[in-house]
Amino acid sequence: MIEVRKLVKRFGAKPVLRGLDFTVEEGEFVALVGPNGAGKTTFLRVLSSLARPSLGKVSIAGFQLPSQAAEVRRSLGVVSHLPLLYGDLTAEENLRFYGKMYSVPELRDRIEQVLELVGLSARRSDLVRTFSRGMQQRLAIGRAVLHDPVVLLFDEPYTGLDQEACDMLDKVLREVAGRGRTVVMTSHDLGRVQDLASRFDVLAGGVIAASTTPSGLGSQNLLDFYRQALAPGVGRLI
Amino acid sequence: MKKSLTVPAAAALEKQKQPSRVAGFLKAILAVVWKDLAAELRSRELLSAMLVFALLVILIFNFALELDLPTRRSVTSGVLWVTFAFAGTLGLNRSMAIEKDRGCLDGLLLAPVDRSAIYFGKAISNLVFMLIVEAIVLPAYSLLYNTNLINPGLIGVTILGSIGYVAVGTLLASMAVQTRTRDIMLPILLFPVAIPVLLASVKASEGFLQGLAGAEIMPWVNLLIVYDVIFIAVAFMTFDSVVEE
Repeated sequence: MIEVRKLVKRFGAKPVLRGLDFTVEEGEFVALVGPNGAGKTTFLRVLSSLARPSLGKVSIAGFQLPSQAAEVRRSLGVVSHLPLLYGDLTAEENLRFYGKMYSVPELRDRIEQVLELVGLSARRSDLVRTFSRGMQQRLAIGRAVLHDPVVLLFDEPYTGLDQEACDMLDKVLREVAGRGRTVVMTSHDLGRVQDLASRFDVLAGGVIAASTTPSGLGSQNLLDFYRQALAPGVGRLI
Repeated sequence: MKKSLTVPAAAALEKQKQPSRVAGFLKAILAVVWKDLAAELRSRELLSAMLVFALLVILIFNFALELDLPTRRSVTSGVLWVTFAFAGTLGLNRSMAIEKDRGCLDGLLLAPVDRSAIYFGKAISNLVFMLIVEAIVLPAYSLLYNTNLINPGLIGVTILGSIGYVAVGTLLASMAVQTRTRDIMLPILLFPVAIPVLLASVKASEGFLQGLAGAEIMPWVNLLIVYDVIFIAVAFMTFDSVVEE
């Protein structure tokens, strides 16, 4: 579903991604973890066609970047730590706007379904600026799945959420991912990530430094694996 | 018996459901315009800032220019376009800042439409805001300066000048909004590039207000039309590169 080969992304002379290889099969839930500045957000911005790769090959759902960027964007739903929503529009108006941008058929019915999915039907006519951070993030997920994308990219979706809001977000994430979508998520919350993902990749120094699955962790927890992957002198654990 | 669709038939059916490229493009432009107008109708923060600023500028000029009526008439076009340019810059900056602050610009750029549709949507809503401010400022100026500005020629020039100013301003605002110093950056980038449109607008407005012959005014009006066409074309071709990292 996602195939990345020798991806390089530079800002000026400074390389952020240094020949990164990354593959995700259909239906996989991949958690991308790594220290600050490792290039996680930059990588997701390249995947979502918001940043142009300097070198390398990126293909999503069979479409190439950057030459087929519009087709790639149609296949993607993106949630970041910012809500990407308009505070002066209601929840329903925000979804209607994005629905029109994505040419979603039978938009009225689809908005109903999505509001139901994220548990915001009762607040549909309220302005988004009156929503709590957790509610905004749930609506952001609704915005991302509105056009029924095959791939979902989540960039630090737990940022700024309290425990209750995180639990609610977990529930929505499980429901969204449970529908067979391919998910790539970056996060620093290793405990939550361990419960959700079907694969864990550690991004460090602009490359995937280590990768494992829940069964591959064995008796270790994800934090141990993460520390081991980032320990000085340790090569790639893939 | 229920027949299953072959892959090409399913693809054709799927293609039928999607609007054509042009229809999708126009639909995206309208969606952006609707979103901007609906949000502004609720908050009124952009229009009120532009309007208060514009009215204060003409009020200050009214006190500063203690001049006789003929001299006042001669400075009218200059005062008007200084007011429109500065109020317009406020609006352009705010319009893009709203998109950037909550990450909405990324939300727009993620849509599977030609990105120039986003530019045209933003430019049309910026133009609507600027024309609303101008529609209020012109009668207010007429009252304060005792000059009749309800002149079809002047109104035409105001519309043409605003189109040019907004066309280049929206493009440069989307560039400036990516920088840390966006409030300072936009005027620095915009005013040098907008000199031809401001100069032509001032000269053409002055010509209409002083009742000059059409032959004297038309070169400035033609310059405005050419500027509008060139900058709309330039923005159409470059917007994608301007907003991509």
